[in-house]
Amino acid sequence: MYQIAIVGAGPAGLSAAARAADRDRRAHKDGKGSTPSYVLLEAFNAHAKTIQRYQKGKHVMAEPGFLDLRSDLEFGAGSREKVLARWGEGMQKGGVNIRFGAEVRKIAGNKHAFNLQLANGEVIQAAHVVLAIGLEGNPRKLGAPGEDLERVQYQLDDPKEFRDETILVVGAGDSAIENALALADQNDVWIINRGKEFSRAKDANLSAVVAAIADQRRRLNCYYEASIKSVTPGAAGAPPLTVVVQTATGEKTVQCHRIIARLGGIPPRKFVESVGIKFPNERNDAIPELSRHYESNVPGVYVIGSLAGYPLIKQAMNQGYDVVEFINGNDLKPADHPLLEYQFHGLPFERPVDEMVERFQTLIPMFRQMNGLQFRELIIESDVIVTYPEGAEHEDAKRKMQVLNKQLAAKQPQPRATRIVREGEAIYSPGEFGTSFFTIVDGEVILEGAQPPHVRTRLGRGEFFGEMSLLSGRPRSDKAIAGAGCILVETPRRMMVKLMNSNEEVRSGIDWIFVVRELQRHFAPFATLKDLRNIAARVTLRRFKAGEVLFKEGEIGDSLFVLRSGGVALARGKGSEQILVAEVRSGHLVGEMALMGDPVRRETATTTVAADAIEIKRKEFLELARREDARLDPLQKDVSKRVIDNARMQVRPEAGSLMNFLMREGLGEATNVLVIDETLCVGCDNCEKACAETHGGVSRLDREAGATYANVHIPTACRHCEQPHCMKDCPPNAIRRSESGEVYINDSCIGCGNCQANCPYGVIRMVYDAPQKRGLLSWLLLGGNGPGEQSDYQPSAAAKEKGKKAVKCDACVGMDGGPACVRACPTGAAIRIGPEQFVDLVEERKR
Amino acid sequence: MIHRNLLLFRGARYLWWSLVLLIGSGVLYATQGNVQPPNGGTWQGYVLGSIGALLILWLTFLGVRKRSYKTTMGSVQGWTSAHVYLGTALLIIATLHAGFQVGWNLHTLAYALMIVVIFSGFFGLYSYLNNPVLISKNREGGSRAELFAELFELDKESRSVSQKCAPEVGIAVASSIERTTLGGGVYAQLFSGDESLYVRGTGAPVRNIDQQGVIDFVAERLPRAQKGIEAANLQHLIVLLCRRQAVLRRIRRDIRLRGWLKMWLYFHIPVTFALLFALTAHIVSTFVYW
Repeated sequence: MYQIAIVGAGPAGLSAAARAADRDRRAHKDGKGSTPSYVLLEAFNAHAKTIQRYQKGKHVMAEPGFLDLRSDLEFGAGSREKVLARWGEGMQKGGVNIRFGAEVRKIAGNKHAFNLQLANGEVIQAAHVVLAIGLEGNPRKLGAPGEDLERVQYQLDDPKEFRDETILVVGAGDSAIENALALADQNDVWIINRGKEFSRAKDANLSAVVAAIADQRRRLNCYYEASIKSVTPGAAGAPPLTVVVQTATGEKTVQCHRIIARLGGIPPRKFVESVGIKFPNERNDAIPELSRHYESNVPGVYVIGSLAGYPLIKQAMNQGYDVVEFINGNDLKPADHPLLEYQFHGLPFERPVDEMVERFQTLIPMFRQMNGLQFRELIIESDVIVTYPEGAEHEDAKRKMQVLNKQLAAKQPQPRATRIVREGEAIYSPGEFGTSFFTIVDGEVILEGAQPPHVRTRLGRGEFFGEMSLLSGRPRSDKAIAGAGCILVETPRRMMVKLMNSNEEVRSGIDWIFVVRELQRHFAPFATLKDLRNIAARVTLRRFKAGEVLFKEGEIGDSLFVLRSGGVALARGKGSEQILVAEVRSGHLVGEMALMGDPVRRETATTTVAADAIEIKRKEFLELARREDARLDPLQKDVSKRVIDNARMQVRPEAGSLMNFLMREGLGEATNVLVIDETLCVGCDNCEKACAETHGGVSRLDREAGATYANVHIPTACRHCEQPHCMKDCPPNAIRRSESGEVYINDSCIGCGNCQANCPYGVIRMVYDAPQKRGLLSWLLLGGNGPGEQSDYQPSAAAKEKGKKAVKCDACVGMDGGPACVRACPTGAAIRIGPEQFVDLVEERKR
Repeated sequence: MIHRNLLLFRGARYLWWSLVLLIGSGVLYATQGNVQPPNGGTWQGYVLGSIGALLILWLTFLGVRKRSYKTTMGSVQGWTSAHVYLGTALLIIATLHAGFQVGWNLHTLAYALMIVVIFSGFFGLYSYLNNPVLISKNREGGSRAELFAELFELDKESRSVSQKCAPEVGIAVASSIERTTLGGGVYAQLFSGDESLYVRGTGAPVRNIDQQGVIDFVAERLPRAQKGIEAANLQHLIVLLCRRQAVLRRIRRDIRLRGWLKMWLYFHIPVTFALLFALTAHIVSTFVYW
């Protein structure tokens, strides 16, 4: 019977085991017992499986930089090999009791008496269980005899490793397709696809694989509706594997060198639930509820690491250390404790950190239901803002923070500390890009509308604001002014999205306030929240995929939509006769004419990108319109203008088809896009050269690539989307948006390539740093490499060591004079425009 | 209008600058009096000469500004617009400075070089305003790479169809594809030179300008086709070859238009440097003879 059984030898599990080993060693010194009090169980045959699977030489980052490591194992940023070797040495030195190939199938029992059943039938007993199994899961196997043969692989490290082999790739998902395409460069590859097509694949992969299979010159083929029946070692002299494939037309025997099966992983959630651990909802990224000590709802079962919602290595290692201490009754302060101290340093009162966190949580109704750990994480990731009245108090607080910041400046990167703001100062202004979310812990905040009559709304304790930009990605539409005695929590978008996905309370709270504020903004600026509560409860929030239809031309309309995010195209006519007459962006109304004057829908509304919209039915609309303070006049004016605009576009179909082209190129969600007029472009590539010269020798735009229509060329360069696809899944949170709207990648990029895969416009590249070049004068006089990116540059050893990093257009954020590409264009062909100028762009094509 | 060409930059701001400069120069010229014929030796002549020399230096500096990607000193388009207008003004200012006097000497050499540079610039301006429109029209929205992709596709298809025809047709088509030339030297690029050949039956390859030779050759076979299937193949092949001809024409035109767009700079720049040397010699010699 062990005191602790740790399941999973990733960073969290390793660190936990190392801690337990150290505790044992100390105990043994006192002469008590000699058998280890714990066991580390790992299904794979090596430690840190996920990191073992990284490509060779991949750089592993030690984010977040401001958090200190607390572990018996060493960890710092470095290559995959170095990190793994250091852990290996640490395990050896500490004498960690690890069992490889020990896959836990079932956990039963209660605290102090758990039975862990292994795949081989053995049962291990432990008083406590620490689950550190991560999110990857074990790969799904072939499910046919021979699935464990040596040449049947479930991963592919380096496709170049194999040459002139016959390889069967099993699966039809993205990883199978990517592997097959890469292998087919120098091998004969057969894909074994269970279905009739590649329906699960991303669009780019789908078209690539279909084209490659059809192409006679590529060494890639596919068996559709096929599966593997058995695998046996080949006879001497023959290829190493003999495979029986079940195809639609019967069994077929194939000789091959290797099988690579990419059938996905078995998600660990089922296993976790089988232990009795509850998840708050059905979402894929939901995380189990845990106590401050990482204990789940099953007493004695602890969850740490990415499964507990902490995907970063350092966090996971710290938790491993802490959880063993907690189990042993040592209620130590977590490693992030000092971070909270800095956050609270500038508050006008002093209290212990834990008490303060608790107090904050009770003051904000929306966060009350959150689990304590999550709320703590939220505060750590947020900024705490405190206001003081102008004068001595403000000066004093500022001085106090200056002293602290000076101390913290030594740390790299610098941890966050309280932000001091003067009363009456603007927290944000209209037009600024900001996607953070603000919660009022104390005091008041005044929101002032950007449009006359500049309606002012007062918000108090427990209320929140900034949700519009958070949800839609649009710039701020109002001004937020810090009132008296304000204490605010400013939470970054990434944290809020994570929270909304895991906490129904938070999601519905934010959705609700969004609806109310949009109703206020569009229809009833003077109405109070209370007035609108009733109506807000009756409107529906609808989600649309790209290309879905909101309503059709000719229908009788009974509702209008307020677009919360995404974009909608309005078109008249049917089929090939269809003419695009307008595009509507988030924050605007669609279909309002049906409720104001003409009940027949005159256009078909289709989403250009995924969109969220609030649907308001006639009844609720009339209720709003009947209010004395209703704001119908400007609405009606808008409608009249829209009718004329739409009719104008209808009589100019060529303008409509240009607009259509722009939408297809993603301008429906763009905020800042590079547009080249082909009738002015002389092809000098000075734009690309300027980009490379101002961005470390690597160009972030490809002038020639990209589509052209009616002389309008949209080169391959970032569109700075309203809701950037690239930001969705960035582990170190390296992709940021500046206040002026530019989306850029900062130095903490770990080179994982997620953003590149997520960008639908192919504008992100993974590159090594380019070597330094000599100056312009030296080139003019002595020759050599001129301005611009050298297409075949050789990275230095240091650049190779650092690894490939993602680069994309940052619209020259922070550079005086604006985007270098535009400034360097000699003919005026290259310009950067925002959505408000798209209509002008279409208009100018009249000539 | 959100795109503006370089002449219209900021409402043709530098056109007005140049006009003001020209009026000033005209006034200077006119005040030289009748003591001696107007020339570079009067104080007005010196002022005009200095303005001209400074203009030349500044105009040359565009090459540096264009590559100074970090500077915030205006945009390259603004500089280019000013370069065009002030460069044109220079033509008149320098003429006024010379007092319309020419001769077989160093001074006139500098003047002549300047004229060459300015007129090559005019040609460049014409190409910059004219050729992009033609290039864009010629490519119809595609890129050059797409044209080549289409060509290679047609090559492949023509080859495979021609294999099904009589052996001499196969040889003619395969050789015409192998011996198609595109681009080449400066002359070939600028004037769409075509050295394409094909093998006609037996013997040495013969000219195949604009692919017409091989098309005619295949067409001549058609009336003598033996079987229905052979005729169908030949018909198909002729369509393919004509499409191939059209694509090749487009590519050649693209090469030619782009060639002219770039080529003038290879003239404009070296002559500018020659001008700088001549100008230096002109100034030095003036002071030596002073």
